[in-house]
Amino acid sequence: MKEESREKRIKKPSGDTLSALVMVGPVTLIMVLLVAVPLIYVAVMSFCSIDEYYNVIPRFTPENYERLLDADYLKIYARSVFIAFITTVLCILIGYPFSYVIARTASRKKKILYMLVIIPFWTNSLIRIYGWRSFLGSSGWLNSLLISLHIVSEPIELLYKNGTTILGMTYCLIPFMILPMYTAIEKLDGSLLEASSDLGAKPAATFFEVILPLTSSGIFSGSLMVFIPCLGYFFVSDILGGGNSDMIGNLIERQFQSGNNWPLGAALSIVLIVLTLVLVKLYQKLGGDMDALGV
Amino acid sequence: MDKKKNKGLKKKISVAYCTLVYLFLFLPISVIVVNSFNATTTKPYMSWKGFTLDWYVKLWDNSSLLEAFGNTMIIAGVSTLLATVIGTLGAIGMYRYRFRGRAIVDGLLYIPVVIPEIVLGISLLTIFAKADIPRGMLTLILAHVTFCIPFVIFNVRARLAGYDISIEEASMDLGANRRTTFFEVTLPVLAPGILGGALLAFTISIDDVIISYFVYGQTKTYPLKVMESVKSGVAPDVNALSTLILIGTVIFVVLTQGDLFNKKRA
Repeated sequence: MKEESREKRIKKPSGDTLSALVMVGPVTLIMVLLVAVPLIYVAVMSFCSIDEYYNVIPRFTPENYERLLDADYLKIYARSVFIAFITTVLCILIGYPFSYVIARTASRKKKILYMLVIIPFWTNSLIRIYGWRSFLGSSGWLNSLLISLHIVSEPIELLYKNGTTILGMTYCLIPFMILPMYTAIEKLDGSLLEASSDLGAKPAATFFEVILPLTSSGIFSGSLMVFIPCLGYFFVSDILGGGNSDMIGNLIERQFQSGNNWPLGAALSIVLIVLTLVLVKLYQKLGGDMDALGV
Repeated sequence: MDKKKNKGLKKKISVAYCTLVYLFLFLPISVIVVNSFNATTTKPYMSWKGFTLDWYVKLWDNSSLLEAFGNTMIIAGVSTLLATVIGTLGAIGMYRYRFRGRAIVDGLLYIPVVIPEIVLGISLLTIFAKADIPRGMLTLILAHVTFCIPFVIFNVRARLAGYDISIEEASMDLGANRRTTFFEVTLPVLAPGILGGALLAFTISIDDVIISYFVYGQTKTYPLKVMESVKSGVAPDVNALSTLILIGTVIFVVLTQGDLFNKKRA
């Protein structure tokens, strides 16, 4: 045993290279082959043409990018940004007071309250969105309730509107807002709040001058984690919006499935990639912590 | 006196508010659970026709649904295992060694976390098509491993931040070889981070719709099977399976969480 370890120490340089290779080799390989290369390939494809059988052919064309400026598409980008923005604002408004209350409850109850936030998200997101569709549908619970209370006589159409899509997006993405806000609020030192009120600050002043600045990092990373995915959650706008509230994700999905124009879909994806990069750069510039996004 | 009253009112408001938010979070799930006991047999299976347990029996005859659920479990299990091993090794390796291109790998790790899933999905689709890899179980597992690895790495890394590398040296000075040191010293210290990462990877994998949607071929996962039936109305047997899965995960996590707490105490 001892002999072996001594031998290994003598061979240290080559042993080090080998173990470094074993450790970082697989992750490097996967990140390069399945993240970097595919994204580069999408960028290349966005400049390619298709033949009459919808095959991608390596003939350079700027056409896909010209088509991005199509009036219908511009409308959809605007709607996407609008829906993502409203969703983010709603997640903050609903999530902040909620996170604040649960993060500042006594520790035993807190664990349970925290778990109760996570439990709904163990059910598949599609199933939950379908649950909303059933709830809001013309023969759903809400309409049945409204009719039985004689508030309405006929079922009202609650589905297939931008508002329905926003509801579904908010529902799907709110944990990504609550969890970082919860973490930030939990770190808040209670004695600071006492100090603030002892020094005569009104509750509103304490909130805006002390609490909010100290917990803004959570709101900040949460907003990024809500806004960006929202643009791509095509199944939410599909199931709840029913084609009336298409977003950029739906456009991309269609090009890669029924539309079968991959280069156009690739160009649309580049729009999303550029938007993501801009937002992440902005996030970093404003002092956002990248590690706050992962966990 | 006035202040006390004020405090009581504040408490009432915050309890009421949180209850409303919890109602919002649990509403669609309660629809699913209730509908799994709905005796209706006509599409879109929404209006209430009385209580039945039939769907929980019929579920076992729906072989394509069960197969899809099996696929989901296989893919999540295999991807979690691979992502955990590769991610843990990667996190330790990147912590310990400085090598050329390290910053690039590090940057690439953030991409699956921040980029919209649809972009990752279509980019994998195009590259699998280009490389002539037929879509199916293999492409699903490759895709899931790819987006799970960063979450494992970030979790292990958070644990490594408080890790004192000198204990490895101490172990070797005491005569343990590299392998023993790795398995007896390094891994046990990192275990909570690895476990947390694996749990997160598993959760993300079983829930994934968007990326799987682009790379599945003939191998349908459970979410994809649901997607297929959403437009025409999800049959109550799907609701029954979802209810069973929900109960299963709650039991699983309560048990594993309890286990974690005990270990921390010991």
